[in-house]
Amino acid sequence: MRVLLYRLLAVVLPVAMLEILCRSHVIPPLTLPAPSLITLGLLGILEHGTFNAAIVKTLTNVGLAIALAVTVGTIAGAALHRARTLRALLEPLFSTYYAIPIYAFYPLFIVVFGLGDAPQVTIGFMLAVVSMIVSTLAGLDSVPPVLGKTAQVLQLGPVATIRSVTLPYAAPYLFTGVKLAIAYAFIGVIGAEFIMSNTGLGYEIRFAYDNLDNAVMYPLILLILLIAVVVNMSLDHWERVLRARRERA
Amino acid sequence: MVTAHPIHVALRDVTKIFQSKLGSVEALGPIDLELRQGEFFAVVGPSGCGKSTLLDIMAALTPPSSGTVTFEGRPIGNSVPDGVGVVFQENACFPWLNVADNIIFGLRRQPLDQAEIERRLQYALQLMGLNDFSRAFPAQLSGGMRQRVCIARTLVMQPRLILLDEPFGALDQQTRLLMGDELLRIWRATGATVLLITHALDEAAMLADRVAVMSARPGRILEVIETGWPRDRDSRIVSAPEFGAIAGRLWTLLRTQSLQALRPDTA
Repeated sequence: MRVLLYRLLAVVLPVAMLEILCRSHVIPPLTLPAPSLITLGLLGILEHGTFNAAIVKTLTNVGLAIALAVTVGTIAGAALHRARTLRALLEPLFSTYYAIPIYAFYPLFIVVFGLGDAPQVTIGFMLAVVSMIVSTLAGLDSVPPVLGKTAQVLQLGPVATIRSVTLPYAAPYLFTGVKLAIAYAFIGVIGAEFIMSNTGLGYEIRFAYDNLDNAVMYPLILLILLIAVVVNMSLDHWERVLRARRERA
Repeated sequence: MVTAHPIHVALRDVTKIFQSKLGSVEALGPIDLELRQGEFFAVVGPSGCGKSTLLDIMAALTPPSSGTVTFEGRPIGNSVPDGVGVVFQENACFPWLNVADNIIFGLRRQPLDQAEIERRLQYALQLMGLNDFSRAFPAQLSGGMRQRVCIARTLVMQPRLILLDEPFGALDQQTRLLMGDELLRIWRATGATVLLITHALDEAAMLADRVAVMSARPGRILEVIETGWPRDRDSRIVSAPEFGAIAGRLWTLLRTQSLQALRPDTA
């Protein structure tokens, strides 16, 4: 209970401090409006539905990127786990993957996929998929050989073994992969909307920034922040439930 | 006596050679061995003599390099035959499932109705003393309790041949003796043929009808000793004078082999 209080204070105190600094004009309104005004602005935006289309567009693209990354990442991870030579070839790529500035390839994606949603989904997917592959590999590596033998004794085929034994055992690792994939998909899609797009939350934030429209820019930033925090905290909760079941003594 | 018991499992000229980067390693054999229907058979041998490999071959978990294995008169193929159950030394519980779900894991993949699954589950919980733990998760259980869950999971499949690969190796001596008693009780209750791989001579001497002593690698059967115990025995036989004689005989046979396994250059 005490920990919860400290956590709450760790958020509330800086926000309260920011509120005082903004209200007393130590921080000018053009730089940052008071947090309470940003919150009211967000409520107004949500109430009027001004950016509903942009919100739906971004969340759809992020959802697509996540679904693709988790599906492809899990299947590719499971396949690579069996193909040892290919894994040995690709592992250096995985370990250096996040050093590659993927946005540098954005013009190429536009040439290949056109100006629609595909380039954004592709960037979100590409950022997210490797974390899913790496987590799947780590999870499958952690499965004790005796569980594989047990599956054989219980006459499970290769697919049933993966579905009913290895993937459930590796679930905590996969969960970490999903969490990372969600974070990367948000970064990828919203980042791509910033650079070159005419829809989505990223585009609307950039448009508001270009027009010095703080009344729109900050509430939308707050919205993204809230979505990311809520999604992550829900996943954290489920991860704790999953781990507690396995580790309680 | 021997003719009264049909042969349940037979190994003929079985060998196992492992290929590695350093060359080929002869792990086993040639081995000729017969397990009689319904007997409790133990295999003892020095470390690394191929005891577990022998069990893996009998369970069709690994193919022999040469020779044949027959189970109930039919050669075994590449997959574990129906009617064979295996309990391993390591914890093989599924940590994401509770005790009941662990036990019926294999049953759920059989064409059985829910009532039959429930009946077998209750029987196994009762037999293994797990009634109060059916909703517990493996992480909440001791090593001995987890091993009981694995044995229960094997028993509900109603195997006719139970292969045990040092199932009590990670347990303390008192728990091992008590688990040995439970194993004898299960053996009598199920009528299955039991093969126990163990490095503990006292365990083999106490539990088995016959004990095979294996040589250092490549493992061969040096001798098969009949213990002559009655079927309704339990761990109290460790105080019988015959027990000491059997354990002594096993050690006499094994001592040279164990030394050889420990210091191969003296062989």
